Amino acid sequence: MPQEPGGGGEPSGARGGAGFDLDRPWRVDERVAVRPEPFGALLYHFGTRRLSFLKNVTVLTVLQSLDEHPSARSACAAAGVPADALPVYERALATLAQSQMIQRRCA
Amino acid sequence: MAAATAATAASAATAATAVGPVPRLVEQFERGLAAPICLTWELTYACNLACVHCLSSSGRRDPRELTTAECKGVIDTLERMQVFYVNIGGGEPTVRPDFWELVDYATAHHVGVKFSTNGVRIDAAVARRLAASDYVDVQISLDGATAEVNDAVRGAGSHATALAAMGHLRDAGFAGFKLSVVITRHNVGQLDELKALADAYGAQLRLTRLRPSGRGADSWHELHPTAAQQRQLYDWLVARGEQVLTGDSFFHLAPYGGPLPGLNLCGAGRVVCLIDPVGDVYACPFAIHEEFLAGSVRQAGGFAAVWRDSELFAELRSPQTGGACRSCGFYDSCRGGCMAAKFFTGLPLDGPDPECAAGHGAPALEAADPAAAPRPAPDHSHHGGVRGQPGRSAPVPVTIGRRPPGRACDENPLTGLAVANATG
Repeated sequence: MPQEPGGGGEPSGARGGAGFDLDRPWRVDERVAVRPEPFGALLYHFGTRRLSFLKNVTVLTVLQSLDEHPSARSACAAAGVPADALPVYERALATLAQSQMIQRRCA
Repeated sequence: MAAATAATAASAATAATAVGPVPRLVEQFERGLAAPICLTWELTYACNLACVHCLSSSGRRDPRELTTAECKGVIDTLERMQVFYVNIGGGEPTVRPDFWELVDYATAHHVGVKFSTNGVRIDAAVARRLAASDYVDVQISLDGATAEVNDAVRGAGSHATALAAMGHLRDAGFAGFKLSVVITRHNVGQLDELKALADAYGAQLRLTRLRPSGRGADSWHELHPTAAQQRQLYDWLVARGEQVLTGDSFFHLAPYGGPLPGLNLCGAGRVVCLIDPVGDVYACPFAIHEEFLAGSVRQAGGFAAVWRDSELFAELRSPQTGGACRSCGFYDSCRGGCMAAKFFTGLPLDGPDPECAAGHGAPALEAADPAAAPRPAPDHSHHGGVRGQPGRSAPVPVTIGRRPPGRACDENPLTGLAVANATG
């Protein structure tokens, strides 16, 4: 299984929103399939066999563009996430990191 | 507004540890998804066993079963629809000669496979091969911690077969395969033993509800847990069920003290459905009856068109009234329970579940006429005893003349599977 750079094998960004680093570069795990749905999207991780739901299309846009941005913060900004909503998206991304749906990548 | 919710294991039915306001998401799910989350595909009606509660009345292969090429066509469709994985069952799916070929084809096309088996074909070599793939998960069916309890339902020797398969999986290093148990009146007292058994083999316990489907229509009344046992099951799940999967199948128990983890809705035609061995698409694996037949993968447009356009599915995705349950304070948590359980016990679909935890099921059952309850169909039960169960017949009333002679392959279900025809 791919390890995050500098990580000790811990799932990246664990421990909720507080532990998620918005200023790092992230990407969707290569074993994750993303299926757009009317309400947002469904994610499935073939390694952990877990499902996640994205509850709106903005977070889907963020997710799909993560690897084009130098940081998650930048991906959120590009997707039009307003500053006051950023904590909500940070928590969502932290949840996804915790379940290994996304992981840190080399810049 | 929370932007994402994490979910638990996506085995059988999804289940969710929600981080956000779930009701809105559930309402979205009730309106249906672009593709099923959880698709059950029964590959054959052939089975080496004759379990008394078989939800698909399996036993003999049906000569009209999908060919290898047709199955691969279905997999191509599932890949296009981004169905993440299929739950393959039967019958006993591993007795199809092309079973491993189809598993390989599915995983090569990004469709993960979880298959249910009684273990008959899981030897050491197969176990090693399964352990090597991220994309294949295995579910061993066992309905009792002891041979005595299990074999009474699944047949003589079936406990030993399942444990041998589990041993091979453990020895091959396949961590986290599933030990799948249908909860009955006789094994509900073995929950701790079943959990310990799963732990001993490095497996994850999965408990599901007994439905009166297939041959279960005949055995349900004797096998389903009593009200007191249901309560015991609920309490056990709350106390010890954190690592236990339930296929979201006990949502009707929510009135005992709040929803169990999971989506807590009837997913029929909304997030789940069934493809049966001959390609017929039903709303749910427990509803094999023409009333819930949505179409066939053999029709124009294939499975995608059935999922998208079926009138039955459109109806199931439309707002439900709740009927007689609407005035019950628990309706929001149990949503009226299981459609199939109501249907095959002769209860109205918009009334209480026969095992309603608020106590409305028992009087409803008493008022219902058992003779008027719809009969599960089709029936592929063995006509005589099966190997390992000498002299024992499948406990299904004989229905003389139901099937034109020679249409189904009788005798040994393990042979002759290569012969298949019937396209179009």
